[in-house]
Amino acid sequence: MSQQEYILRFADTALIASQRLCEWVGHAPELEEELALANLGLDMLGQARKLLVHAGSFSEPVQSEDDLAMHRSIGEFRNLSLVEQPNGDFAFTIVRQVLLSAWQELLYSELLHSSDEVLADFAKTHLPEVSYHWRYASTWFLRMGDGTEESHRRAQEALDTLWRFTGELFTVDAVDAAAQSSGVGPDLTQLQPLWLSRVATLCNESTLFLPTGKPSRWFGKQGDHGEALGFLLADLQSLPRAHDGASW
Amino acid sequence: MSNASNQGWPLYEVFVRAKAGLDHRHVGSVHAPDDELALQHARELYTRRMEGVSLWVVRSSAIVASDPASSDALFAPAQDKIYRHPTFYTVPEGVDNL
Amino acid sequence: MYSQGLDNLGDLPPEQEAELVATFQARIDAEEKIEPKDWMPARYRHTLVRQISQHAHSEVVGMLPEGNWLTRAPSLHRKAILLAKVQDEAGHGAYLYSAAETLGVSRQEMVDDLIAGKARYSSIFNYPTPTWADVGAIGWLVDGAAIINQVPLCRCSYGPYARAMVRICREESFHQRQGYDIMQSLCSGTDAQREMAQDALNRWWWPSLMMFGPPDSDSVHSDQSMAWKIKRFSNDDLRQKFIDITIPQAEHLGLNVPDPDLRWDEESQHYEFGPIDWEEFSAVLAGDGPCNEERADAFAHKYEDGAWVREAAAAYAQKHTTQSKGKS
Repeated sequence: MSQQEYILRFADTALIASQRLCEWVGHAPELEEELALANLGLDMLGQARKLLVHAGSFSEPVQSEDDLAMHRSIGEFRNLSLVEQPNGDFAFTIVRQVLLSAWQELLYSELLHSSDEVLADFAKTHLPEVSYHWRYASTWFLRMGDGTEESHRRAQEALDTLWRFTGELFTVDAVDAAAQSSGVGPDLTQLQPLWLSRVATLCNESTLFLPTGKPSRWFGKQGDHGEALGFLLADLQSLPRAHDGASW
Repeated sequence: MSNASNQGWPLYEVFVRAKAGLDHRHVGSVHAPDDELALQHARELYTRRMEGVSLWVVRSSAIVASDPASSDALFAPAQDKIYRHPTFYTVPEGVDNL
Repeated sequence: MYSQGLDNLGDLPPEQEAELVATFQARIDAEEKIEPKDWMPARYRHTLVRQISQHAHSEVVGMLPEGNWLTRAPSLHRKAILLAKVQDEAGHGAYLYSAAETLGVSRQEMVDDLIAGKARYSSIFNYPTPTWADVGAIGWLVDGAAIINQVPLCRCSYGPYARAMVRICREESFHQRQGYDIMQSLCSGTDAQREMAQDALNRWWWPSLMMFGPPDSDSVHSDQSMAWKIKRFSNDDLRQKFIDITIPQAEHLGLNVPDPDLRWDEESQHYEFGPIDWEEFSAVLAGDGPCNEERADAFAHKYEDGAWVREAAAAYAQKHTTQSKGKS
């Protein structure tokens, strides 16, 4: 049960990130960025689907990707709080993506050695994707930070706002500890200095300041979500819930 | 609004190598503010379906093109040198490996 | 950038211009492609800019009616397909703007013209998508009609447009199928799903027929475009072809096409159909469709909201003039 919950954390994080990226489609600041954001969204969705199927395989009877995505209530979702934050402007989305992609790239590199073969295989396939996401997002992060006064201000505000959701990325609770001791997942605390040094270097290059705010003590990965996720799920789940038992 | 956004980003021409062993081929163009984003944009736009293993981008303004009005002067002289093509020669029956 | 050809012939003696025009037409008649720097009549250039930019705008505005279902797609499988499809539309918009830019007009000018109301996009996207079945109907009917319009454009006389269309047609081949697949699922589903599908067909049938443009008798641009081989079949011929292909598909789904006059004509081997409401067509074209304002606003806002992003990137590029070199 605990391994399922552990996998759901990564699955839901990818799913909710993808859902947020979908909201950009048709509204990106330039046509080329429409393609880029949709590509990120497609990658995240593909990852979410594989991980949901894997998580569902621990249930008795087995649950499908749609059972899990469409028929759980908000308290059952295990995504990081970071990814459920509403898109805001382009700078906000880019900063959120930088913080996430830096973490996912480190995490997936560790999952290559997972004792869960499905997870290890997953990491092998999708590590290049998150590496590219980091590259994409950091390229734009630089241009936001070191662009105009306005873009700099927007990027710094986004960073300051999102910072308190980053503590969760490296806080080990019972679920993480169990995964670590069975060799399924890495020691998250060890990822923190690597992550911090990447983000700090990027901030420095971008003329942005690393925030010093206190981390939030409410963790999405434990089912403690903000209000925004409720609206996101209302959108995501409306159709299957209105037509119970229908197939699409 | 600044000049930059009124005029839009500069245009880049995009070339894709479909697989090792083939030439880079012109596929179209993208807009981008600089070289790095031009490569990124070209990747998003022209390799969504595994179309390539390598990309070139070059500012469209950097391309020097021949003038169609002088096509004849440039290219017609080659037309009467058919002896440059192997099909010009008759190979005798029974002679191989030529 | 591709330079503009010397089409401004005010200074040329008329006999010289006539000679250029004759040579140009002879090349077209011989099925030669016209390329960006070749001489071309100003009206040929103008017609292409109008048509290609309208086509590009249609791809981009066309992202909106389907895009608003991305977050609500009923399964993750459908969501992935729809996201890939809507993304393709952005890509196709980009290919087409590229093709139009070879004619000496910038993407920015084209976008400004659309925002100013001087350029158009396909009127079909002024209809709303209130239910999921509309996403199916758009794929099946709107993309179906678009394919019939677009396939002949792969042989268009203007090289960059023809090449863009080859790429687009190849990529779009799955778009119509995914739409029909959605309709199939709905039609083999619950009563409520079947109703949804029928309702969407009712909504999209006539607007889809209008996509082929006014009847040949009223079409202003047709003759010249045919002579220039920008267009290869008449509006009415393409419309008939679409109807002949689509009716059996609707029958297979068990849906009723909303046209009481529809009947198979054994003699001509074509379907006969009822009168199209061209007044509605003109009204929607003139701005009185159900969603004209929403679409125009969304498009304009996107560009307004994105201005500071584009400026930031341009400012960054200016500061860092020693640009990083691509590694190949």
